[in-house]
Amino acid sequence: MNFKLEIWRQFESGQDGAFETFEVSGIDPEASFLEMLDQLNERLSHEKRRTVAFDSDCREGICGSCSLVIDGNPHGPRQVTSCQTYMRDFIDGATIKVEPYRSTTLPVIRDLVTDRSALDRVIEAGGYISTTTGPQPDPNAMLVAPDVQEEVMDAAICIGCGACVAACPNGAAMLFTGAKVTHLNLLPQGQPERESRAISMVNQMDEEGFGGCTNYGECARVCPQEISLDVIGMLNREYRKATVKKKPKAPPKMLTQ
Amino acid sequence: MKLHAKIPDGPIEHKWRTWLDAHKLVGPRNRAGKNVIVIGTGLAGGAAAATLGAHGFKVKSFCFQDSPRRAHSIAAQGGINATKDFANEGDSTRRLFADTIKGGDFRSREANVWRLAELSENIIDQAVAQGVPFNREYGGQLATRSFGGVLVQRTFYSRGQTGQQLLLGAYQALEHQVAAGNVSVHSRHEMLDIVIVDGEARGVIVRDLVTGEIERHAAEAVVLASGGYTNVYYLSTNAMGSNVTATWRAHRHGALMANPCFTQIHPTCIPQSGEYQSKLTLMSESLRNDGRIWVPRKSGDDRRPADIPEPERLYFLEERYPAFGNLAPRDIASRAAKVVCDEGLGVGGTGRGVYLDFRDAIEQHGREVIQDRYQNLFEMYERITGENPYETPMMIYPAPHYAMGGLWVDYELQTTIPGLFAIGEANFSDHGANRLGASALMQALADGYFIAPHTVTNHMAAKRGEVSTSDSAFDAAQDDVESHIAALVDVGGSRSAQEFHREMGNVMLDKCGMARNAEGLNEALCKVREIKDEFWRDLRVDPGVEELNQSLEYANRVSDFLEMGELLCHDALRREESCGGHFREEYETEDGEALRDDENFAKVTAWQYQGEKGDPIPHDEQLDFEEVKLATRSYK
Ligand SMILES: Cc1cc2nc3c(=O)[nH]c(=O)nc-3n(C[C@H](O)[C@H](O)[C@H](O)COP(=O)(O)OP(=O)(O)OC[C@H]3O[C@@H](n4cnc5c(N)ncnc54)[C@H](O)[C@@H]3O)c2cc1C
Ligand code: FES
Repeated sequence: MNFKLEIWRQFESGQDGAFETFEVSGIDPEASFLEMLDQLNERLSHEKRRTVAFDSDCREGICGSCSLVIDGNPHGPRQVTSCQTYMRDFIDGATIKVEPYRSTTLPVIRDLVTDRSALDRVIEAGGYISTTTGPQPDPNAMLVAPDVQEEVMDAAICIGCGACVAACPNGAAMLFTGAKVTHLNLLPQGQPERESRAISMVNQMDEEGFGGCTNYGECARVCPQEISLDVIGMLNREYRKATVKKKPKAPPKMLTQ
Repeated sequence: MKLHAKIPDGPIEHKWRTWLDAHKLVGPRNRAGKNVIVIGTGLAGGAAAATLGAHGFKVKSFCFQDSPRRAHSIAAQGGINATKDFANEGDSTRRLFADTIKGGDFRSREANVWRLAELSENIIDQAVAQGVPFNREYGGQLATRSFGGVLVQRTFYSRGQTGQQLLLGAYQALEHQVAAGNVSVHSRHEMLDIVIVDGEARGVIVRDLVTGEIERHAAEAVVLASGGYTNVYYLSTNAMGSNVTATWRAHRHGALMANPCFTQIHPTCIPQSGEYQSKLTLMSESLRNDGRIWVPRKSGDDRRPADIPEPERLYFLEERYPAFGNLAPRDIASRAAKVVCDEGLGVGGTGRGVYLDFRDAIEQHGREVIQDRYQNLFEMYERITGENPYETPMMIYPAPHYAMGGLWVDYELQTTIPGLFAIGEANFSDHGANRLGASALMQALADGYFIAPHTVTNHMAAKRGEVSTSDSAFDAAQDDVESHIAALVDVGGSRSAQEFHREMGNVMLDKCGMARNAEGLNEALCKVREIKDEFWRDLRVDPGVEELNQSLEYANRVSDFLEMGELLCHDALRREESCGGHFREEYETEDGEALRDDENFAKVTAWQYQGEKGDPIPHDEQLDFEEVKLATRSYK
């Protein structure tokens, strides 16, 4: 297969960038999108030109490293990660536009590589159960019904790729944060910190500059793990319940936007 | 050099307790003054850094990904073993211990394996307390299933994403300690050298992968949790970035590398489909619980699998190993697949594939049950191959997967360099010549949560002087690192590191993969050296070292793989026996099984680096088997 690629090139964070056009030919339809980019880079090396920078690691849809925007869609056309997007998903001869995530909270580092550390900081604010290594209670002392476990798992499988933020017109991280709050707040172990967790994670989202949710639903549309909008409902409910007891100083963006 | 494993005296059941009762402590008020460096944020490194941080030490944690949550452990699918015996089958520490020793083909250290089995229960408790959502039974209790090489159901799992959930547990514990101010995480940082002062590991040199800046970090102990080296084969189930750099640089400084030829080729992976391919995808071994593995009895039979009648199918594992059938251990299942494909019975475009068929399981249990068990794996398979495994059997073939070998460590997980520890897949560990399924997660977490925090504390309890990063040892290490980087850029050739990596991987897989012989290994040694020479003549790296430069990162890793590849061949040559994943064609029984030589090789081979031109020197650690009788493995 042959393609024309328009790839975003940007030398450094904060600098201007521009699209550069490349032609690739003889691509196997079974090659993944990233393998196609590997081939391009191999060729650029031969031509002694600067290769295209992009993130990837597991290449099987679980680590959340890959983060392209293909033809305007975070990850690509099929609601799977960029690394699981195959060239057979494209029409032979097509022109394909490849960009980095565009969001002020996830700034470009180079070419297609972005800085997603804001998401780590949201977890740091309370996306955990405060326990340390040591003797723990018998796990069967806290029974969890299988349907609750399923609901928890549906949220816990978030890979933290940030596509939800990139897709949201408001640049919100509600799906990401909602997934973590749903995972932990539904479990018996998560109860003691249920309220403080919701409040601190929401505050951190605000501090990082993530926008609020106005129900576009783009996040769930692009999520490669098919995390449902329900987690945002859960986040809103948890936050409201928590703040009934403890009034926040200023309402967060998720409520004001 | 005499290798001291430092195994405590006393009965095997009490060794770890004995060690714990005697080890030196650091008082809570003195901990904040002690720095520890942990390289890697996978299960081993994440768990160790979080635990040491919670104890109050100052921990610096490093990973090359953009977030600690993306470490390769995230990709583990099937599950984690523990002797909880919730299924009431009479499982016990002794049974898990014996299974692991036997599964490893009697090439691991009894005392370490016992401790691993003993700690397995704590891991499950710890993970559940962190909110890891393991699968549950109807009553709400934890569910378990069985894995290859054992006869009990001791594997805990979270759908097909066990590694992800366990890693997120460790990552969240790590972030908790970041919030508490005990741990600082340095993502997109790669360790390029270790710094030794007065014979002890006292720091590291790392490169900030975004700015290219070379940084110095000093500490009282350095823990390497940098994962395995299976990407020496180029195509493997490991993540693209998995590499040997951290451990190899330690090896160059004198840390011995043990049993490098013990590598695992996993039986159930999606076969390779083209030259361009960058990695192979594993299909969890748990599929072998319900899938039956077969090939047509007749070579060149190109009927659709569904049209091939029962008598014309060769269920080669069931026929050859009736007791374990499709659940035979990995090394055995992989080799059996290779043998039938070598005989020309393989299926698929390349003839390198066998069927994994769910037809009978679907008939017996119904589609819904099978869907419940494997839905995400089936979806993944369909996503990659475009075929629906509910209707047509999967096609699988073995692929390089795991490194049993690694840095030699004693009972305290300390390498031959004092103050330098190696945990998780980075050490040569507990799996001998073959690892059983669902045991790597267990080992990485036992090392990280429950062993290293104590042994590292024990090391730090001794008085030692301050070391500043302006010490001359740091100058020298930084010079080395900078000149290596400059050398890579200066080659100024025209081929990317990936090309050399691919070339080398093909040689390694062909000559030092599932079957090996002396002639092939010698040939591989020559070829790898040739590729290395060519690499240093014609490599192309993007210019610009003080910036994000992925081609430089990759070339740097490949330069170490090229050296590691040679060591693998040396080790495979010296081990003149077949055991576990190391199958030497000269040493097989009449019916084609591995022929061990316990008299000469019931030992660990740990290699000492002798410079780029010199041949490495082997040192032996004799293995004694007192608890499990040395016996030929039989899964028949
Ligand atoms: C596809 C797949 C499925 C698997 N499934 C299972 C399973 O079901 N059950 C099971 O028990 N095991 C399984 N395994 C094996 C298991 O996942 C690994 O052995 C285990 O996760 C290794 O953990 P680790 O902490 O030692 O290393 P890793 O998770 O590999 O982590 C390595 C860390 O080191 C860092 N690092 C490496 N080099 C450097 C450097 N130079 N500088 C800085 N940082 C560095 C990386 O950034 C990373 O954070 C599977 C493996 C694969 C590939
Ligand atoms: S590279 Fe890991 S999810 Fe795409």
